[in-house]
Amino acid sequence: MGGLKRLVLRERHEALGARFAPFAGWEMPLQYGGIVGEHEAVRERVGVFDVSHLARAWVEGPQAATQLRSVTTFDVTTLPVGKAHYSLYCNEAGGIEDDVFIYHLPGDRWLVIHNAANADADFERVQAVAGDAASDVTPETVMLAVQGPDAVALLSNVLGEGFAALEARDCAELDWNGTPVLVARTGYTGEDGGECIVGADRAADIWDALTEGGASPAGLGARDTLRLEAALPLHGNDIDETTHPFEAGLGFAVTLDDEAPFTGREALAALKAEPRTRRLAHLKAQERGVLRSGYAVHAPDEEEPVARLTSGAFSPSLRIGIGMAYLPVQLASPGVTLEVDVRGRALPVEVVRRPFYRKPRQS
Amino acid sequence: MTTIPDDLRYTSDHEWLRRDEANPDEAVIGITDFAQDQLGDVVYLDLPAPGDEISAGDRFGEIESVKTVSDLYAPISGEVLAANGELEEQPELVNDSPYDEGWLIRVRIADESELDDLLDADAYGAQLPAS
Repeated sequence: MGGLKRLVLRERHEALGARFAPFAGWEMPLQYGGIVGEHEAVRERVGVFDVSHLARAWVEGPQAATQLRSVTTFDVTTLPVGKAHYSLYCNEAGGIEDDVFIYHLPGDRWLVIHNAANADADFERVQAVAGDAASDVTPETVMLAVQGPDAVALLSNVLGEGFAALEARDCAELDWNGTPVLVARTGYTGEDGGECIVGADRAADIWDALTEGGASPAGLGARDTLRLEAALPLHGNDIDETTHPFEAGLGFAVTLDDEAPFTGREALAALKAEPRTRRLAHLKAQERGVLRSGYAVHAPDEEEPVARLTSGAFSPSLRIGIGMAYLPVQLASPGVTLEVDVRGRALPVEVVRRPFYRKPRQS
Repeated sequence: MTTIPDDLRYTSDHEWLRRDEANPDEAVIGITDFAQDQLGDVVYLDLPAPGDEISAGDRFGEIESVKTVSDLYAPISGEVLAANGELEEQPELVNDSPYDEGWLIRVRIADESELDDLLDADAYGAQLPAS
């Protein structure tokens, strides 16, 4: 796999029997033991993912908030210190160039998490407005996601009371035996948990503390089935520059009630006012079979497909095929039944509410 | 390390065939340990029904894992006598026990000479990628 970036913790993954696959320019662990087992470990206990392929950029200084606001859809100037929020980078037409997470840390320091596939363009976008106040720390740091019902207890054990005090979407910089660790109570699996960013030189220590503390290593395969069950979109599949936030169900990440200019504002205001023509819908198979990205979705008695799946998978939790597709609004309501062409077999599917999987309430 | 039992015959497409000792005109077909390992967690199989005819080298069904979908190719020609019904509820048997509980179909051998075209364990093992 020439030309691919290697993870700092490559040897740890190899020792655990990881199978690697290229993803967005990185050689990433796809799975260790098996995707279903890793998925179940996260749903039932706790798993750890090396997500260091995600790009990490700092924007610092008193102007950082307004600089970021000018390129992102969510009004980050209202984001309190110690909070993280989901946002989007849109183009002038309102199309989604990337989805990002923005952390507000003390001292006018902001960290932005970019998708690996868009890392270069995203950093240029930030640098264009922030100049030297923007810095890319992707190569010298490692990012780990710890997810599952036991994740908060494990992270609190390893990182101490500082983590235990965090509430959902809080972020903080903690001292871990003299090493600064940036943590946030965030994730991409539909489970509770957190993400930590640590300097590359101490990454193996924290990985070891987490795995020895009971976290099962989990790869990109399980990350994909988990996020799809949670109905979280993947940029490049379910959202891209040809889709806009409102039809993708991401209106919560777009602030239009302030006056601040940002890229795509005019187009997004117009799109918001227009009736939707299509909506990202959630499809659940009614018979055995696996849905996969690209498969055609058919309405009964119609020759031409009404959509193609933007994502699809076998759901290990529901033990049935699940997928997403942009359906014409009249077909995008829960209860509508359609068919997906699974290599020549018409597999009946039903439109369902998101998410596909919701974790059981703590009793 | 992948398991390749000595008493089976193989195809380069990673199917195995076990001739039934008690009924030598019948054989059981499955996929190899290497194949199940490459596929990962098996979640769905589309297998032929009893009475269907399969033809050596032709597609006779498909096997789907979380990661991918793959066609199944017939090692020999013959009539399908049974498909493994356990796999409907427990497709993971193919992963857990590829040569035993995870068998796919039982066939009546149409042309015994086709067995000579199959690989023995050494020949099959020799053409697997070195790991």
